[in-house]
Amino acid sequence: MKVVALATAALLLTAACTPGSDNPGGAASAPSTVKTDAAALGDVSLTVWDQEVRGGQAAQMAELNKQFQAKYPNIKLKRVSRSFDDLKTTLRLALSGNDAPDVVQANNGRSDMGEFVKAGQLVPLDKWADAYNWKSRYPASVLQYSRYSPDGKTFGEGDLYGMPQVGEVVGIYYNKTKLTALGLEPPKTWADFENALGKAKAAGELPMQLGNLDKWPAIHVFGTVQDKHVPAQQITTLAFGRPGASWKTTENTQAAETLVSWVDKGYFNPGFNGQGYDPAWQDFGKGKGVFLIAGTWLQADLQKALGDKVGFLLPPGASADEKPVVTGGTGLPFAVTNKAKNPDAAAAYINFITSSDAMKVLASTGNLPIADASSQQAPAGLAGDIFSAFGTAVSKEGLVPYLDYATPTMYDTIGAALQDLLAKKATPQQFVDKLEADYSKFAGK
Amino acid sequence: MSSPPGEPRKIGYLYILPALLVYGAFLLYPLGRAVHLSLFEWNGITLGKFVGLSNYADVVADAGLRAAFGHALVLIVFYSVLPVVIGLALASVLQRARVRGLGFFRTVVFLPQVVAMVVVAVSWRHIYAPDGPLNDVLRAVGLDSVARGWLGDYTFALPAVGVIGTWFETGLVTVLLLAGMARIPKERYEAARLDGAGAFAEFFAVVLPAVRGEIAVAVTLTVIAALRTFDLVYVTTSGGPGTSTSVPSYEVYHRAFELGQVGSAAAIGVCLTVLIFVITLGVNRLADRGTA
Repeated sequence: MKVVALATAALLLTAACTPGSDNPGGAASAPSTVKTDAAALGDVSLTVWDQEVRGGQAAQMAELNKQFQAKYPNIKLKRVSRSFDDLKTTLRLALSGNDAPDVVQANNGRSDMGEFVKAGQLVPLDKWADAYNWKSRYPASVLQYSRYSPDGKTFGEGDLYGMPQVGEVVGIYYNKTKLTALGLEPPKTWADFENALGKAKAAGELPMQLGNLDKWPAIHVFGTVQDKHVPAQQITTLAFGRPGASWKTTENTQAAETLVSWVDKGYFNPGFNGQGYDPAWQDFGKGKGVFLIAGTWLQADLQKALGDKVGFLLPPGASADEKPVVTGGTGLPFAVTNKAKNPDAAAAYINFITSSDAMKVLASTGNLPIADASSQQAPAGLAGDIFSAFGTAVSKEGLVPYLDYATPTMYDTIGAALQDLLAKKATPQQFVDKLEADYSKFAGK
Repeated sequence: MSSPPGEPRKIGYLYILPALLVYGAFLLYPLGRAVHLSLFEWNGITLGKFVGLSNYADVVADAGLRAAFGHALVLIVFYSVLPVVIGLALASVLQRARVRGLGFFRTVVFLPQVVAMVVVAVSWRHIYAPDGPLNDVLRAVGLDSVARGWLGDYTFALPAVGVIGTWFETGLVTVLLLAGMARIPKERYEAARLDGAGAFAEFFAVVLPAVRGEIAVAVTLTVIAALRTFDLVYVTTSGGPGTSTSVPSYEVYHRAFELGQVGSAAAIGVCLTVLIFVITLGVNRLADRGTA
């Protein structure tokens, strides 16, 4: 009884304050004038939270920070770096605290950047974007990943809230030795590609590696197929969760049917829904499988495993010269918080680490720079393939967003729906119905 | 005239005060706060909106969540019932046989408890992989048709996760029961044997009633472990394939930290707490009735 009484007392004590009452929200306003001469800003201390902790990421950040510090000794950088997961879970609290950092790397998605924008915790950067000419530095298809309406509800359009440094794109890794043995060239058209899958199967090779135990890997495979069936504009609208499109179209159903037909024809390794993502690409690295649909983030590992026996290409179109449509995105964008003591200094920092000189540093430290990728001194082999593939995708504005960006729940919905589809627990029709339900519930609001 | 020892009675509260303060600050207050939060629609950042009991109504109405609670109940069989049955058998064998190196076997059986759950999960993920050791063994003995990607199979994913739980909890239960059996006076066995009891009759007449208390403790601990399973599912299947291994704790994490639905997450957490409380209360009532 006492426990109950105490719990009630505790409840009454806390009932007085509504959660979040210390943060009324509302959009942060943009400044009317901006200063771009960082050296003339006086003594400023700038706290930056980033997640560039691994290998080449850490190296580029350290190098760029050193250069920035040397160029602007009046701005004192205080760097706090955490792993992606740590950053994701602590940023929410940090931004609502009084001692918030000035510049943060925030995940693009609705549940991160979208929520922060809604709460007015990030400053729109458009004034600086004009002053520094960021809009010609990065193409619109790249900047859209950091755009939100001021109420945080519309993703992909509206004000600019961040600037990313690196890019990523989902393409097709192929085993050169095996293709040659099959008497095939790297596919130039989508028909070539499907033909190669069939040839590989007939020759007793595993056509494609897939490890879908973690639920999300099939999103990239489906996205790649969908890009060939559905107009890019529709995919973008669906993937940003904006009203005006529908999952229940013949094209989307066809994409799902194609994927199921790949399962029927035995193009994937048996038991793929029970195979982990890492073991799957590691198997590809050991020479099992002719193709692997995966992102550029596997470049370093696959190059190490297969050396010059592995190549990378953008998913080919109906004809060889068709404009590419490819699932891709940006690294985590750097944003300025509303608690930044000197937003001009924060913007100057972001400008510095995304400049064309910075892109060179990124390339030389083994990262995939988001701008000017094709013109960088790319290393030979797989990295060269990836630099030129990404450069093409960006310069031709061919990027379409990840499908799970659409709604806060879409990652789970589409992950589970694809497992169901591939295991034939759901028909292509049921699959698109399920996605439509999630999408329209959100976009219809 | 001095008062008798322990008087005034109220001084007792002073003695428990330090512990009560800690308990209140780290347990009762967070619990009350969770109940409080569960009445709001709150994203963790901006001003929350008071919605009364609607978060709870959603928990009941959500078919996916009901399924998640169902999965947790299935896991009780694997986490609790099976380990107790296996543990009873193992413990009585170890106890009776007076095997050489009992300490060694006890350590081996208990070992899973010492390993971090994430490590356990990663290892079992490897064991269950389509080309993992389990399938290798099955194929080696000609059971190719049985081999599959266990964690990606709609029928077997939940039992496969459950078996990991059985493996993990059996050691704990066995060691608990061994301790209980060691306290049984030799005279009872002797009496049973004089009455002509065999090994089985002896087990049911002497051992089982004597370790009733230990069984209650084991069931309580393992049921709690089953209902709050999170790390195992998070690492092995992320609730898949489809949603066939989703569990309530995973939903709490998912809603609070990934979807920013703090109120709804708190409501699930409170429901889970109540469920665990009711079940363990029932278990202990049953055990107490027997000893009284």
